[in-house]
Amino acid sequence: MTTHRIKGAGRLTPARTARFTFDGKIYTALEGDTVASALLANGVHLMGRSFKYHRPRGILTAGPEEPNALLDVSRDAARRQPNVRASVQEVFDGAIIRSQNRWPFLSFDIGGFNNLLSAFFPAGFYYKTFMWPREAWAKLYEPIIRRAAGLGVAPKEADPDHYANRFAHCDVLVAGGGAAGLTAALSAAQTGADVILVDERAEVGGALLFDTAVTIDGKPGYDWAQDVLRQLKAMPNVRVLTRTTVFGYYNHNFLGLVERVTDHLASPDAALPRERLWQVRARKVVLATGAIERHMVFANNDRPGILLASAARLYLNHYGVAVGSKVGVYTAHDSAYEAAIDLKRAGVDVVAIVDCRAKPGEAVVSAARGLGIEVLTGYSVIDTAGHLRISSITVARNGSSNNRKIPVDALLMSGGWTPSVHLFSQSRGKLKFDAATERFLPDVHVQDCVSVGACNGTDDLNTLLSDAAAAGGGALRLSGEVPFAWTGGMIGAAEGAGKDKVVKAFVDFQHDVTAKDIRLAVREGMHSIEHIKRFTTNGMASDQGKLSNMHGLAIAAEMLGKEIPKVGLTTFRAPYTPVTYGTLIAHSRGSLFDPARKTPLHAELVKAGAEFEDVGNWKRAWYFPKRGEDMHQAVNRECRTARTVAGVFDASTLGKIEVVGPDAAKFLNLMYTNAWDNLKPGKCRYGIMTREDGFVYDDGVVGRLSEDRFHVTTTTGGAPRVLHHMEDYLQTEFPDLKVWLTSTTEQWSVIAVQGPKAREIIAPLVEGLDLSNEAFPHMSVAECTVMGVPARLFRVSFTGELGFEVNVPADYGAAVWKAIWSRTEAMGGCLYGTETMHVLRAEKGYIIVGQDTDGTVTPDDAGYGWAVSKKKPDFVGIRGLKRPDLMREGRKQLVGLLTRDPAEVLEEGGQIVENPNQVKPMTMLGHVTSAYWSENLGRSIAIGLVANGRARMGETLYVPMKDKTIAVEVTDMVFFDKEGGRIHG
Amino acid sequence: MLLIHCPYCGEDRSELEFRWAGEAHIARPDTISAISDDEFAEYFFMRDNTKGIAWERWRHIHGCGRFFNAIRDTVSDKFLLSYKAGLPRQPVPGSEPAAAPAVEGGVA
Amino acid sequence: MAELATRTLPLAGAYGGSPAVQLQPARPAARISLRARPDAVEALSAALGLSLPTAPKTSATGGGRTALWLGPDEWLVIDEGDSGLMQATAASGAVHSATDVSHRNTAILVSGPGASQALNAGCPLDLSLKAFPVGACARTLFGKIEVVLLRTGPDAFRLECWRSFSDYAFGLLAEAATDAEI
Repeated sequence: MTTHRIKGAGRLTPARTARFTFDGKIYTALEGDTVASALLANGVHLMGRSFKYHRPRGILTAGPEEPNALLDVSRDAARRQPNVRASVQEVFDGAIIRSQNRWPFLSFDIGGFNNLLSAFFPAGFYYKTFMWPREAWAKLYEPIIRRAAGLGVAPKEADPDHYANRFAHCDVLVAGGGAAGLTAALSAAQTGADVILVDERAEVGGALLFDTAVTIDGKPGYDWAQDVLRQLKAMPNVRVLTRTTVFGYYNHNFLGLVERVTDHLASPDAALPRERLWQVRARKVVLATGAIERHMVFANNDRPGILLASAARLYLNHYGVAVGSKVGVYTAHDSAYEAAIDLKRAGVDVVAIVDCRAKPGEAVVSAARGLGIEVLTGYSVIDTAGHLRISSITVARNGSSNNRKIPVDALLMSGGWTPSVHLFSQSRGKLKFDAATERFLPDVHVQDCVSVGACNGTDDLNTLLSDAAAAGGGALRLSGEVPFAWTGGMIGAAEGAGKDKVVKAFVDFQHDVTAKDIRLAVREGMHSIEHIKRFTTNGMASDQGKLSNMHGLAIAAEMLGKEIPKVGLTTFRAPYTPVTYGTLIAHSRGSLFDPARKTPLHAELVKAGAEFEDVGNWKRAWYFPKRGEDMHQAVNRECRTARTVAGVFDASTLGKIEVVGPDAAKFLNLMYTNAWDNLKPGKCRYGIMTREDGFVYDDGVVGRLSEDRFHVTTTTGGAPRVLHHMEDYLQTEFPDLKVWLTSTTEQWSVIAVQGPKAREIIAPLVEGLDLSNEAFPHMSVAECTVMGVPARLFRVSFTGELGFEVNVPADYGAAVWKAIWSRTEAMGGCLYGTETMHVLRAEKGYIIVGQDTDGTVTPDDAGYGWAVSKKKPDFVGIRGLKRPDLMREGRKQLVGLLTRDPAEVLEEGGQIVENPNQVKPMTMLGHVTSAYWSENLGRSIAIGLVANGRARMGETLYVPMKDKTIAVEVTDMVFFDKEGGRIHG
Repeated sequence: MLLIHCPYCGEDRSELEFRWAGEAHIARPDTISAISDDEFAEYFFMRDNTKGIAWERWRHIHGCGRFFNAIRDTVSDKFLLSYKAGLPRQPVPGSEPAAAPAVEGGVA
Repeated sequence: MAELATRTLPLAGAYGGSPAVQLQPARPAARISLRARPDAVEALSAALGLSLPTAPKTSATGGGRTALWLGPDEWLVIDEGDSGLMQATAASGAVHSATDVSHRNTAILVSGPGASQALNAGCPLDLSLKAFPVGACARTLFGKIEVVLLRTGPDAFRLECWRSFSDYAFGLLAEAATDAEI
């Protein structure tokens, strides 16, 4: 295999090699190679097919802006990533690399047929063609287009790698490790500031990596850069992050960085994250993001072998690779001459420099000519030839029709340099257009940041160094030298971009947008760059228009006859380069995706065979199937047993708030609709909380432990928001009240024991309390001792049975649970879960806030009008409840619903109508909020919200379903033990 | 992500620790049960939703737990001032001499 | 007399860590959430035998007890010895609220040269010694949960969280510990 490495060139060590495959063929690379440099070293330019026309494409750049060479890179079946830029991915031993968007082969791709039909695929083709018939879009067009379009294929396996997150703070964050960034970082670090220096490449240096003619501080630029790096790394106040991209610049100097930790390693330590997300808050940001070279827009400017001049220079000077053996140059900027000079000096045949300018910089021209390179000024490349690799260029004097064909195997191009203002713009900084140099430059900085160097339009090295040192805030003074001051640059279509002819002069390589497409967009009436962008998709590919935006803008401006700033500039948005989902979610995967909250009794529930359901973040026992039981059978058994013997239930998730202070009762008077002054210590009361608008917000039992201490319970899901709501009123509306709130949800394990045998079960475990009905009736609370630990015992019931809720400090819960369960089991009782809890409470007509109510239900609508004090002068909701709509007749009210067929269980959410034969849309009276099979009643039961429901007792209404209509009778909500005797045991 | 000055903690903390709590300086009427429907609607439902300088309530919910008020430019997301709950509406810094006594807390 | 209940600790058996970060479930401790206005601070301090801190992000230690400033009227008081916290505050004579949260909270001791890095995997605070010196404390976030963080040494922290969040906290710390450098 011929190598295109040039002996003595580049900085890689020849002895250290790595092997990889590309489309099944084995290649050898040097350690430090990117996939692009390694393939170029092996003479491979063809790396992909374009998105729309499937045109053969080669490597265009040597950096993150690469639009063409997007490859599929894998280590193994699961570790595979599509659309990886060949110019960014470093080669590691064993890498498996495949080209994309081709079938069957990269060199012969059936999809290339599109290229021949390209006259039929202009910009906006999809929008215009696939509009009609409407139905065909989903069934026919979209599936076909989806198959044909897109680049890589996403992996199907779960990602086996892990990702890390790190919050960090610093005094100065420097984005970019080129001459400006290194200078700023060193200057800042010397003041003692905490500095983070970030560079996206494996090595710092920026343009110094390719520009070997620069000297700084008397040293070759690259050597100086490595010296500075060593100095920085030795300082404890500096963190240098290479292979790290600042992908987003957000509010208040908050920046998102992605560090690629293992993608370059052959066998990474499994403990290492693949990528690390850095969330950095910087006091000051120095943007030293450099500039990106533009391509030239001319006919067939996309053949493999055509690439940016600076890229060719980097491949030569850093990787030691010659991109061709017969190289042409097409430029509008002096910098390309230095690429030609470097190649020529390395022994490569540079056949011609074609400069579209009449007057390039004199020094570079004479230097090139001095080396024997033919320089054609005032000439343009008007076409190229070659299928899978460029074979020749056609050049002509500007304005002349005489042309000349020059054989080449590579063409370097430079349209000049676009300052990288992406991060500056993301920071909401305002740009201004500099007409003289045709560049958008930072103007007004909105955040505490400063732009230095090429991204700020600074061309002179010594100005750059002094600006950067000043930006760092230190006293560092540096000077440097360059052999040539660069001039030139152009934006828009060059000669040969076919103003009036049909040629393919690509503006956006990745999305196959040509100069003609942009002109067409303007002709079709798109006059804003935002519209032109969307119509043509220019700049909308994964490279986000790093090469294409300025050209597209200039072509549109020319067509519109407007100045560039008048046409506008599309918004720069994060991320600067693509970021993996893995990085963005970092640790939040698997068990760390969301906290799974387990009660102190969880292990006991698991042992007992519980099935769990998620209630918010809580894992709650749902039901306890015995061997062979399905859910239905288990719940039926639990329901029966709880009412005949007793059931034990883990109620620990119940929200609990301790309200303490001399004004505790006063505060609760304001927060609940009920009155609390007259609740005696040792007693409980069911409370309803409304919002200011009068709608039910939460409910729960409140126990008064002493004059100034209440134990408030909330719904499981409502605990955090109820506390927030209470704090809001306490802090901002009633700040004079001497009362404080503390969440005690997790302080207590709560074991509910419900059923006729409940007292018998717990009695031997309780000390210091008379549990008799007389001494401790329904709705009592007491502090006592249970199994030797201080406990709070509630005589409450959410089942309608004799019931207790045993609260013990959480760590003791498991032991107490075991003791209670062993006694319960011996008596023939059961464990029950949330499903049985729901059925039992529905049998009694107890509501669940959030299920039977939905934020539009008043206490009276729910049948709890009695809980609204008529005497209190104020409570939250007092005025809302008096609003006309809340007082009117005919509101939806909660009622019981009994199906005519007792075996039929309604569906929750089912709509309720009066006349099922009414023409649609039927008049809906309400909906079913709760529906269960009640084993204790031997029939189905339901609760529903029904307009004017309480006046409809005995009426027959209907619940129309997809396949049938179910007749229901309106009843009161208490289905079981209507007299309520059981609760008093 | 915003950086918010908590006037109780005396320092700038990450937005992650805070919760926005709506427009500031809407006092619950002392005689709320006596106000008219229109007055109730004005108090409870109507909000300015200002584009530009806005007086807002925030809560340092995952920090000191305190509600406080802040002046924020809703266009630029700049916090101009944050101050403790209970203090009267503060002027925009630099716009006019402060009528109220000096406030602890600074510009974020 | 019924049998006596035994304790089951939330992080019993939890292990994890790395050469850079040691993780250790803390021993059970008594804790109260203490709330009071400034005029009660002196009496409560005397009753507890330490000076309740009044500056944000600070803590005070005395007699085996540590009081953490969590808010302008809020402290978390931790006692690793024989408690008596509720009794002590009750005897202060000052208007206050003391609520036992000994079992609500649990703690993880995070130590080692990578401790602050591991915490910064989920905590947005600046944990440099400059911004968060020894003795500093704050209620903040760790990943998706709320925690209280106390720096007990240059390389040592106590992370307090609610019981049901401790698996998550420990799990995230264990994963982050492997990503911390020595």
